[in-house]
Amino acid sequence: MFFDSFAEFLAMGKHGFYVWLCYGITALVIIANILAPIRQRKKLIEQQTRLQRREKKNASEA
Amino acid sequence: MSLVVATIKRDLVIAARNPGEWLNPLMFFLMVLALFPLAVDPDPKFLAKIAAGVVWVAALLATLLSLDALFKADVEDGTLEQWLASGESLYAMALGKVFVHWCISGLPLTLVAPLLALMMNLPEEAYSALFFSLLLGTPILSLLGAVGAALTAGVRSGGLLLSLVILPLYIPILIFGASAVYHAGIEMEYAGQLGFLASFLCIAMTLTPFAVAGALKLNLSR
Amino acid sequence: MWEALKRLYHRMGSPKWFYEISARWLPWFAIPAALCMIVGTVWGLAFAPADYQQGNSFRIIYIHVPAAILAQSAYAMMAIAGAIFLIWRMKMAAWVAASIAPIGASFCFIALMTGAIWGKPTWGTWWVWDARLTSMLLLLFLYFGVMALQKAMDTEDTAAKAGAILSLVGLVNIPIIKYSVEWWNTLHQPATLKLTEESTMAMDMLIPLLIMIVGFYLLFATLIFMRTRNQVLWHERKKNWVKKLIQAQAER
Repeated sequence: MFFDSFAEFLAMGKHGFYVWLCYGITALVIIANILAPIRQRKKLIEQQTRLQRREKKNASEA
Repeated sequence: MSLVVATIKRDLVIAARNPGEWLNPLMFFLMVLALFPLAVDPDPKFLAKIAAGVVWVAALLATLLSLDALFKADVEDGTLEQWLASGESLYAMALGKVFVHWCISGLPLTLVAPLLALMMNLPEEAYSALFFSLLLGTPILSLLGAVGAALTAGVRSGGLLLSLVILPLYIPILIFGASAVYHAGIEMEYAGQLGFLASFLCIAMTLTPFAVAGALKLNLSR
Repeated sequence: MWEALKRLYHRMGSPKWFYEISARWLPWFAIPAALCMIVGTVWGLAFAPADYQQGNSFRIIYIHVPAAILAQSAYAMMAIAGAIFLIWRMKMAAWVAASIAPIGASFCFIALMTGAIWGKPTWGTWWVWDARLTSMLLLLFLYFGVMALQKAMDTEDTAAKAGAILSLVGLVNIPIIKYSVEWWNTLHQPATLKLTEESTMAMDMLIPLLIMIVGFYLLFATLIFMRTRNQVLWHERKKNWVKKLIQAQAER
């Protein structure tokens, strides 16, 4: 461990704000990048399921 | 080849009959130049310092504005299909179209820029540099711009999109062009910058027509 | 060797094969990515020594540099995938290229933001027209151009082709842009402090950086897999195997 205490680790020798801001933004962007395809996949599957159901219904009515 | 020559002639005749086609970019150029003293500072010393960059930026924007229409008419009225059906090489056709575009936008800009630079109090030593850098630089602007124009020819309101696509590619030309003029103004050597522009021009002349030809074909499958 | 590569290439052309194999590959990329990034971050933030000139703000390097490297190579990969699509009409390549664009742009954004934030304690301003930051900004513009162009096209096929052509033109331009920006920067007062000074980096600073770079690449691969799998599902939605797969998902 480079720092003597946890408080010092957070402070980063006066540069804490900048360092943590950077890591925070990066974490946000990465999480958004992970969530986007997951949500996209969910939506896609839901939409296709609905479509299939409708097609089945149409087929049985006809 | 005859088709290319015929197209060049036709386009030049059209441009000669519609002076707006080549006058509008020039007027735009003049107006953009006038914005800077009004917005920043009319002090001659200050203007002399920024003149090189401002003239180049204005020339770049004027070229960009005139690019939108480069292939639009040919895509819409089916001329493009005729070219492809004729078996003429699209590469030559792209070069021909770019040549015409340069004749009606880049060339007049190059000729008029030194006059307008007077208003910006450009140092005397810089006029030849301005002329030659624009002479070498504006054809590259037309060549790279043609790629964007061909890609966006079928897109509605493609003008803004065209700028988004092409502006980043213009940066090296802007850097070397403006710096040639600036260096000439402070009595420094500027042959190196012109050399770079000349080599960019060679690269762009050989490579961009391929991209233009490929991009033009996209407008057919629509 | 060559034959094996050719076989892999032909298989990669099959969306169904890709979809199945990537499901198995995903954890092998995702888990090491998470491990590398956690280890690299903890090591870089807490254990690496501070830089003697920049102090602790240099710890931003552990995300700035990997993001910058990745943003640049992602553009090259996008252009190469585009070229494969244009030359061999391989649809998978177009889908991969379309997946890369937003990911590459986000990494470019990370590199820019971290570079700017690092500039505040070091140079005293949020933005300095330093060569590295400027060329990163131009790279972001290039990504924006490709993405805007793809959005504007009305069919998927023309969008893919137009994006491929533009990214190839951009790829040829990147070295020219980089060179000209560096040249331009030496004319005007160059920033004395650089975020990266490779030669002066001590080993215990360098190792976490390398770990982070590996982690970022693995994360990038994971994200591409995830997005490309969605692309496969969407484009093949009328095919039988996707219909069955969606039915199975619905019944669960």
